[in-house]
Amino acid sequence: MPKRLAYSLPDEVLEHVFSFIQSDKDRNVVSAVCKSWYEIERWCRRKIFVGNCYAVSPKMVIRRFPQVRSIELKGKPHFADFNLVPDGWGGYVLPWITEMAGAYPWLDEIRLKRMVVTDESLELIAKSFKDFKVLVLASCEGFSTDGLAALAASCKNLRELDLRESEVDDSSVHWLSHFPETYTSMVSLNISCLGSGEVSFSALERLVSRCPNLRSLKLNRAVPLDKTANILRLAPQLVEFGTCTYSAELRSDVFSNLAGAFSNCKELRSLSGFWDVVPDYLPAIYSVCSRLTSLNLSYATIQSPDLIMLVSHCPSLQRLLVLDYIEDSGLEALASNCKDLQELRVFPSDPFDAEPNASLTEQGLVAVSLGCPKLQSVLYFCRRMSNAALVTIAQNRPNLTRFRLCIIEPNTADYLTGEPFDVGFGAIVEHCKDLIRLSLSGLLTDCVFEYIGKYAKKLEMLSVAFAGDSDLGLHHVLSGCESLRKLEIRDCPFGDKALLTNAAKLETMRSLWMSSCSVSFEACKLLSQKMPRLNVEVIDERGPPDSRPENCTVDKLYIYRSVAGPRFDMPPFVWTKDEDLALRLSP
Amino acid sequence: MEGCVATELRLGLPGTDNVRNKKRPLQEADEECGANGKSHAQDETAPPAKAQIVGWPPIRSYRKKNIQAKKNDCEGPGIYIKVGMDGAPYLRKIDLKVYSGYPDLLQALENMFKFTIGKYSEREGYKGSDYAPTYEDKDGDWMLVGDDPWEMFITSCKRLRIMKGSEARGLGCG
Repeated sequence: MPKRLAYSLPDEVLEHVFSFIQSDKDRNVVSAVCKSWYEIERWCRRKIFVGNCYAVSPKMVIRRFPQVRSIELKGKPHFADFNLVPDGWGGYVLPWITEMAGAYPWLDEIRLKRMVVTDESLELIAKSFKDFKVLVLASCEGFSTDGLAALAASCKNLRELDLRESEVDDSSVHWLSHFPETYTSMVSLNISCLGSGEVSFSALERLVSRCPNLRSLKLNRAVPLDKTANILRLAPQLVEFGTCTYSAELRSDVFSNLAGAFSNCKELRSLSGFWDVVPDYLPAIYSVCSRLTSLNLSYATIQSPDLIMLVSHCPSLQRLLVLDYIEDSGLEALASNCKDLQELRVFPSDPFDAEPNASLTEQGLVAVSLGCPKLQSVLYFCRRMSNAALVTIAQNRPNLTRFRLCIIEPNTADYLTGEPFDVGFGAIVEHCKDLIRLSLSGLLTDCVFEYIGKYAKKLEMLSVAFAGDSDLGLHHVLSGCESLRKLEIRDCPFGDKALLTNAAKLETMRSLWMSSCSVSFEACKLLSQKMPRLNVEVIDERGPPDSRPENCTVDKLYIYRSVAGPRFDMPPFVWTKDEDLALRLSP
Repeated sequence: MEGCVATELRLGLPGTDNVRNKKRPLQEADEECGANGKSHAQDETAPPAKAQIVGWPPIRSYRKKNIQAKKNDCEGPGIYIKVGMDGAPYLRKIDLKVYSGYPDLLQALENMFKFTIGKYSEREGYKGSDYAPTYEDKDGDWMLVGDDPWEMFITSCKRLRIMKGSEARGLGCG
């Protein structure tokens, strides 16, 4: 474009053009073109995603983007889901809400994941943002139903309240009743994580009956079965529904009422919940099964024959979450019935038992990989695997983008050959060229990392546990995986050399987690000195890391890039080089 | 990397080898299987009971709680509620969890308050006696005991009251 033309376009025109550009990556590229585009773009950016709340400070975000309407923040590292991050580590949202309350009066969407959210934060949200519409709290904690009551009472335009998998304290307040009678805006409500005391059914019924735009409703397990039918009759327009508790014995009147209610729901596409479901009630949902695209049965302890029956009624299924009760036979049925399947997650019903309690092996996954041509995303817990199966899966499904395999027992080898799974996972990364997420398990040597470094060029997230022989393994990954953003490692013999050799790589990634590996505190300090834009946090509850000469490797290490410098809210069990310097300088 | 051991950066007392084991053995189970990496599944003997590793298998706490909840449905904290009877001088406390179902509970109430309850039917409530067991639910409503499935009842019951006389008979209708 000639220079003259570029300067002749008024700002409003450019702003209008930029409004069609939604993705963060594209917006960032646009802002790098020239100073005037940077200026125009920053004033019209409405949506911000911060993958690590400590990578940047709220003040910095506000300074650059003064008119944001929607923000998404993530706090704790992923391994916090598995209790590897001690309580009090961090991830507090209050400082963000406090700053945004002043700077963004028109903020209407807040999405948080793995953050500590207090009632104070929720009350501040309720008070500060007049047009607040969307609150998603995924795997968050620290708040109670008091905070929810404040939101219900103040947010007239709240459209979405999603508390997925968060931990909520019961303050015994009937928070649902705090939605005024004039409130009719709810579109999506997910309260599946709430305990039995926390939902008043009559308030829920009244709320549902006056919200005509309600599309997604996920109830908690304490809502009784016959009330489910009532709710469905009040909201036949639902697209997503999370059911509540099913009862102990079949009662024909309850059954027919429920079946009738479901048959009214012509828009229903997604079902979840199903805690304590009794198989006799399942046929009540058959009328909606043919239209279902998503089914989450991962809390339902129903056995294979009933699961097979259910799945055979759902030919449009794209997403299935289920327990290993489905067994290989159920997965074979899935493979022959559900040709549109894109995502499969199979969870263990009894993960801590040494013996398998369901006949689920690698065969089930092979069957699905063969029968479901659109399969892209897999999460599979099992107790045995073979390289042959992995190679078959890789060859059948080169379109896989997410592959997470958890062989429950660490260091389990190929049950046919006794070999490590290097070749099997090697086949996965070689054939699945668009793989962006991979989780490894089973017996693995440095070889698998060589394959990963060589082939997994689009890999963004890698999870490793109980694998590898030496630093070479880590080195292969850090030097080879060009697109790597998140790396999380536990119980592997990876140490100082690979880390220090690849220090620069760490600044191109969001974060690196290493726990129970072989990294010394010396190396952490060195790395921290070498790379000022990395926060190197040693998490060790045993005391100062350099006070134990006999055990010199750090317990847990979390390294992330940041332009905000070291954080100010570190608990005493997080050690960085600066504190150590202070300790050394003092007598 | 083998030849680079001497120049490896590590911190340790002179003479100590700081390098971790190549495999991370899991207590005695690995010794049983030997160092050749054969899978446990191939062993004849059953694997010994293992201590649980923190955070493994990688299952979210949310999901683990649900598994535990199912397993501990019989164990776990009790559901203690007050029970009163019309005319009785003081209330009693019972743990709903110790009862297997309605017959069990009603039997216990009969013993506790020395009375007899009639026969339950969906149509007529408790027919054949002057007494009717009622409970206060989460919404604050007084309901007849026995209409709801047991599991649902014990989670929504806040307190019990044994109604007597004409009031009780009234409950049996419709």
